[in-house]
Amino acid sequence: MGSRASTLLREEEIEEIKKETGFSHSQITRLYSRFTSLDKGENGALSREDFQRIPELAINPLGDRIINAFFPDGEDQVNFRGFMRTLAHFRPVEDNEKNKNVSNTEPLNSRTNKLHFAFQLYDLDRDDKISRDELLQVLRMMVGVNISDEQLGSIADRTIQEADANGDGCISFTEFMKVLEKVDVEQKMSIRFLH
Amino acid sequence: MLQFALSAYNLLCRCLGVAFAVWFTLLFVIIIVPAVLGVSLGIHGFYIRTLCRLFEWTTSQMELRAKQKNQQLFKPHTKGILPKSELLSVQENMQELRSSAHSRRSEPQFDLADVIYFSQKGVESIVDDEVTKCFSAQEVESWNLLTRSICRFPHRGLRLTLLWGLGVLIRYGILLPLRVILAVTGIFLFVVLSTSVGFLPNAKLRSFLGEKVHLMGYRFCVKSLTAFITYHNSENRPKNGSICVANHTTPLDVIILANDRCYSLVGQVHRGLLGMIQKAMVKSSPHIWFERAEVKDRHLVAKRLCDHAADKTKQPILIFPEGTCVNNTSVMMFKKGSFEIGCTIFPVAIKYDVRFGDAYWNSSKFGLVRHLLRIMSSWALVCSVWYLPPMKREEGEDAAQFAKRVKAAIAAEAGLADLTWDGGLKRTKVKDAFREEQQRLYSSVLLGEHQIQTEEICCKDETQEED
Repeated sequence: MGSRASTLLREEEIEEIKKETGFSHSQITRLYSRFTSLDKGENGALSREDFQRIPELAINPLGDRIINAFFPDGEDQVNFRGFMRTLAHFRPVEDNEKNKNVSNTEPLNSRTNKLHFAFQLYDLDRDDKISRDELLQVLRMMVGVNISDEQLGSIADRTIQEADANGDGCISFTEFMKVLEKVDVEQKMSIRFLH
Repeated sequence: MLQFALSAYNLLCRCLGVAFAVWFTLLFVIIIVPAVLGVSLGIHGFYIRTLCRLFEWTTSQMELRAKQKNQQLFKPHTKGILPKSELLSVQENMQELRSSAHSRRSEPQFDLADVIYFSQKGVESIVDDEVTKCFSAQEVESWNLLTRSICRFPHRGLRLTLLWGLGVLIRYGILLPLRVILAVTGIFLFVVLSTSVGFLPNAKLRSFLGEKVHLMGYRFCVKSLTAFITYHNSENRPKNGSICVANHTTPLDVIILANDRCYSLVGQVHRGLLGMIQKAMVKSSPHIWFERAEVKDRHLVAKRLCDHAADKTKQPILIFPEGTCVNNTSVMMFKKGSFEIGCTIFPVAIKYDVRFGDAYWNSSKFGLVRHLLRIMSSWALVCSVWYLPPMKREEGEDAAQFAKRVKAAIAAEAGLADLTWDGGLKRTKVKDAFREEQQRLYSSVLLGEHQIQTEEICCKDETQEED
């Protein structure tokens, strides 16, 4: 039958996660059962292989970068708290939240934090700057073999030229936010749950 | 003192002997004889109806307790976590995303925001995806008093826990031994009778008796699993000289279908008990067993299937085109091999009722014997079988499209989701070709090519290998 991690989440843990991420009770239990079903090793944590087993993620050109976002600081395992913390970036922003300011810290699903998630997909070495090299590497992941090096290089150069405000040849987070200021990030980077 | 102990012991032995004799006679009369003769006593129907009422009562009890504790009753996410969205093309998504509408330029257009589309799709697939769901056991809507689903339902209370305990006793103490004895008896009888029939000189008599013996064997198996099967649309039952295809959930699908009429099975030759049964089967009716080495030779397989199907007097061949067991919530890609042969296809849809016991064989989690024990220790195996009208390949339709059409018909009839993903993804990684396809689509967007049709983001059939 299995003494697997299908032990239910304790109420205190659910409350803590609720406070930290803003997900509702039912959403947390739902995501917990998803977490345990992905956890083939049944050790309460997900590894990179567990993510790569999802075919739709494996065919995503940026699949590896997205998986990496779940593993901060070079660790190999992510537990449920870490899993929820990363997913929280994609929680939809409710209207009544926009004006509320419950705590002093910004909620994980604020516009800034969503944009920071997208920024980190480019920032391979996590030095808070997107260099030309990093941009090229991510572009190469997205287009595969279909575009030549020269074309890709000129795309990268043009992008940096348009975005780089202080002329250091890299895109900082502030410059990134400026470029994306017209994009409806709250709507595009949100997972709407069924219930 | 010793005398007393001895006489008590003798009495106990006599009582046990009597009890055993009674039990065995009952077993013989109520189960074995009807199984051999093909008669039904209506006990199963009563059992199933009682169980249904029991489950309803269980659910109401749990809801009551949940209300008392002021909590929500845990409802499993049988409909998935995310709503189904329409599949927009990569291009349409990108256009929505970009801040201003770019006019068609000769230079490639890239936007830093493009990464948002991929990250959204990626995280959506992490939260809920179509494929991994198919390879784990289906969740029950409400507790069915089985140990395997106990952890998901916390509001049990004393009464239900006692009921569950009683259920464990009944299932493991009475039902399981009974079923195992039946199975053993059935297999033994079948092997002996089938081999004897094989010695008969007259071919017609041999095939006639062979069919009877096979049906008896399957009936025994069905009784030993306490399977309660409803056959719909029996007028579409597969005819001789055709191929029957069905969705695959467990190796017991064969028994479920063969209970109604005889089929020719296709498969690898095994060793041991299964090998002995296979040899016995072949003596009294034609089956297509391959040596392991031959399976790799697709043409040889196809030729043998063709020859068998071409003979209109031979039994229909039973094939499961998914190639692997899937959890009975969806139908995965049908491999086109059996659809290339060109004879009539009789599709059959099988749907198990998961309340009485989950029939899905998760071969990565447990082996066949453990799977059989799980089924034999569930309440029952309740399923519906729909026979669909025969289908033939149409003009201008290739084997892959025909396979898709048949699959859609089966999925629609049984109320299963129709997926285009390959069942082989249970064990293997998805091919790089599909990621390359995604990259190609994105590149076309970048280069401003507007003549891309809306592609499915799922797997394509042409690049798939058959089994």
